[in-house]
Amino acid sequence: MSTCFHCGDACTTDTIHFQDKAFCCNGCKTVYEILNENDLSYYYDLEQNPGTSPSRIEHKFDFLQNPEIANKLLDFNEDGIQVIELYIPSIHCSSCIWVLEHLGKLHPAIKAAQVNFPKKKVRITFSEENFGVYKLVRLLSNIGYEPYISLEDTTQKQRKVDRSLIYKLGIAGFAFGNIMFLSFPEYFEVNEFWLERFKHIFRWLMFAFSLPVVFYSAKDYFISAIKGLRSKILNIDVPIAIGITVLFIRSTFEIALDIGTGFFDSLTGLVFFLLLGKFFQQKTYAFLSFERDYKSYFPVAVTHLKGGREKQTPVSELQPGDRILIRNEELIPVDGILMKGDALIDYSFVTGEADPVAKVSGDKLFAGGRQQSGIIELEVIKSVEQSYLTQLWSNEVFQQKNTCRFETLTDGISKYFTVTILLIALAAGTFWFFYDPSMALNVFTAVLIIACPCAIALAAPFTLGNLLRIFGRHKLYLKNSSIIEQMAQLNTIVFDKTGTLTKAQKNVITYEGTALSEEEQKLLAGTLRASNHPLSRSLYELLKKNGISTLDEYSETVGHGIEGSYQNRHIRAGSHAFVSESFGNNDTLTNGSINRTTVHISTQDQYKGYYTFYNDYREGVEQLFSSLDPQYKLIVLSGDNDSEKEHLESLLPEQTRFYFNQKPENKLTFITSLQQQGKKVMMIGDGLNDAGALAQSDVGIALSENVNVFSPACDGILDADRFRQIPEFLSLSQKGVRVIKYAFLFSLLYNLIGLGFAITGYLKPVVAAILMPLSSISIVVFTTVFTYFLGKKLNSHPDC
Amino acid sequence: MSIIYMLLAISVIVALVFFVAFIISVKKGQYDDTYTPSIRMLFDDEVTPENLETKNKQQNQSLKEQS
Repeated sequence: MSTCFHCGDACTTDTIHFQDKAFCCNGCKTVYEILNENDLSYYYDLEQNPGTSPSRIEHKFDFLQNPEIANKLLDFNEDGIQVIELYIPSIHCSSCIWVLEHLGKLHPAIKAAQVNFPKKKVRITFSEENFGVYKLVRLLSNIGYEPYISLEDTTQKQRKVDRSLIYKLGIAGFAFGNIMFLSFPEYFEVNEFWLERFKHIFRWLMFAFSLPVVFYSAKDYFISAIKGLRSKILNIDVPIAIGITVLFIRSTFEIALDIGTGFFDSLTGLVFFLLLGKFFQQKTYAFLSFERDYKSYFPVAVTHLKGGREKQTPVSELQPGDRILIRNEELIPVDGILMKGDALIDYSFVTGEADPVAKVSGDKLFAGGRQQSGIIELEVIKSVEQSYLTQLWSNEVFQQKNTCRFETLTDGISKYFTVTILLIALAAGTFWFFYDPSMALNVFTAVLIIACPCAIALAAPFTLGNLLRIFGRHKLYLKNSSIIEQMAQLNTIVFDKTGTLTKAQKNVITYEGTALSEEEQKLLAGTLRASNHPLSRSLYELLKKNGISTLDEYSETVGHGIEGSYQNRHIRAGSHAFVSESFGNNDTLTNGSINRTTVHISTQDQYKGYYTFYNDYREGVEQLFSSLDPQYKLIVLSGDNDSEKEHLESLLPEQTRFYFNQKPENKLTFITSLQQQGKKVMMIGDGLNDAGALAQSDVGIALSENVNVFSPACDGILDADRFRQIPEFLSLSQKGVRVIKYAFLFSLLYNLIGLGFAITGYLKPVVAAILMPLSSISIVVFTTVFTYFLGKKLNSHPDC
Repeated sequence: MSIIYMLLAISVIVALVFFVAFIISVKKGQYDDTYTPSIRMLFDDEVTPENLETKNKQQNQSLKEQS
């Protein structure tokens, strides 16, 4: 079998040969032609089969013809020059970067294009004349780079990029390096003549360098410490802030009163290492968004019928009473009443119902469903914000910033640490006050300096930062590193059914009834080929395709079924009522086929049987549940009906509990009630209907077959291929927490050594300057080595 | 001997020049995308029909040699 020259997919049925190359579809061939004609075939030299077949949905971007909507997407628009930044999920290799940056070859109006690969975004500068956003987007779609444009893009302009951490880190590093140079001579103080002469200017220079570090780079630690104290929490930033303050004040006094050189080197080194830890922990997946709500799923605009004319209207401007037009494969953006046409709505993403629902004129349709057959006309009854689904987002779970909800391991230990250190400092200070009063203040401050928990503060960021990267390599993308600590504490796991335990595509099909003859099968395949209905397409894939002849007659009754005939043979496929309508079949449906997706077949006015479509369960669901079973309480929470209940019960461990027909708000309250029982809950879901539950749970993981397309707001996104590895991820996070605890012990040891110097009054700047980086670096090495070995274990299962 | 003040001043100025360069580079967004430029620099500068042909010829030759 040959693979497509453009996209690399296997060429199955309709292989197209063109210029000695095989293409899987017309779309791929067209892209090749376009690129070839415009001297862009270098595209295929950079990588093998780099392309993506273009989508075949027409009219998808018609709304961009309305300049009002199109202008909202622009970043810059003056003198006919426009700049737009588009998110293109299919960017994946160096060929993509190359071809997108050479877009100017395809159209003279495109002036420049720059790709940001990690973000999968391209920034295009073009002239408006004879071109415009609509044509640009069409051009991109035609070569397989369809941008993803959603309601979100128009409502909020992107936030300013926060680069303050890089500035802070840069300043701290700069000051640290320079101060090290300046303080080096005095480490070996030998009362040398020149040193005596110039040490004052050296010291004041160090003081000057330390100012931006204390007042800018370390700013966040002071803010966080004060915030913590206000809410009566002794977080790790409290001892750090005390340490920095004492270091700075004592050093300033020392040089002002000409007592010593001060600890400016340790001070800046400390801040530099701490910020480095923060920077390392801040691994972000730029191409993913964890904050998405319905806005990034909903379309920007919809075809609005006004006085018999079609007009593209922004979704947010729709008013009750408006008439809108929804085409095949389009999303219904607002609640409405079906006025014209037959609707087959796929609500699986919104409610969790697995099967598309057929609706007739007069039925109410809810926002979020996807139309699957033909064109329908709706009358709007509610605006976007007030629609049934979108109301979920007015729940307070989505308002609160849940950053302070969780006490991290580091903050937990810092409570005891801070109190202990303050007591030791006071005790040592009091002792010296009576023994040798001149040393009392010296010892008191020395204890606070040396006890500054730099190593402790670094243990968690480096361990978790490493784990975050290891998880990322195994396609579990977490929002931030504190999620790992929460994962280690879980005891309850809640699964959604549709799309989570099952695959998103229905691909298990069984037939019941009178067997079809070979002739009939051919006729059926020929009839199905003509139909665009999703069920027809998957059934067609299943049937043998040799010897299909073109039909003499074919007709499709949208929402009911299809019929075709060839040389006196006649076949009908579709709903039970449709296939038996011509001969009045009085057989009642067998019980099994209610609640399921079925396609009934009749030939020559005779009922034959029906195909049933199942959602296939993901591979390894059974093993996954049995390996999680004793340790975690497992619950399946589904928005679907309970037709699969018996099957699931036989498949999964006995203790698993099942809840069906759960509405989105039910799921949310269910999670809340579990948490009120003191459970630590992880929710694994995929659709918008899980959004509330994902936000409420301690750890909400969205499962996604393609991480680039929409997934609801969550703490982490897991690639569906890695579904079976969930137990490994959980045990790895527990081991990671153990590593942090060992690192704590390790760093306490350093603190004890340092305290020995401090209490006896022998803390020289050079000791502090050695001890502080040494402890920090050894902690970093320790955690990195350990997490590396932990990650190795995960690597040893490449087949998963 | 006061040359040391000069040297100090110069070294601090040199350090500050680099520091300012760093700040400017961050501000211009050079640290926003640290991946794409590394690929972009490997592309051939200009794609014209001629050098594409020579390139293809070279490739075909090397393919033939391999087979």
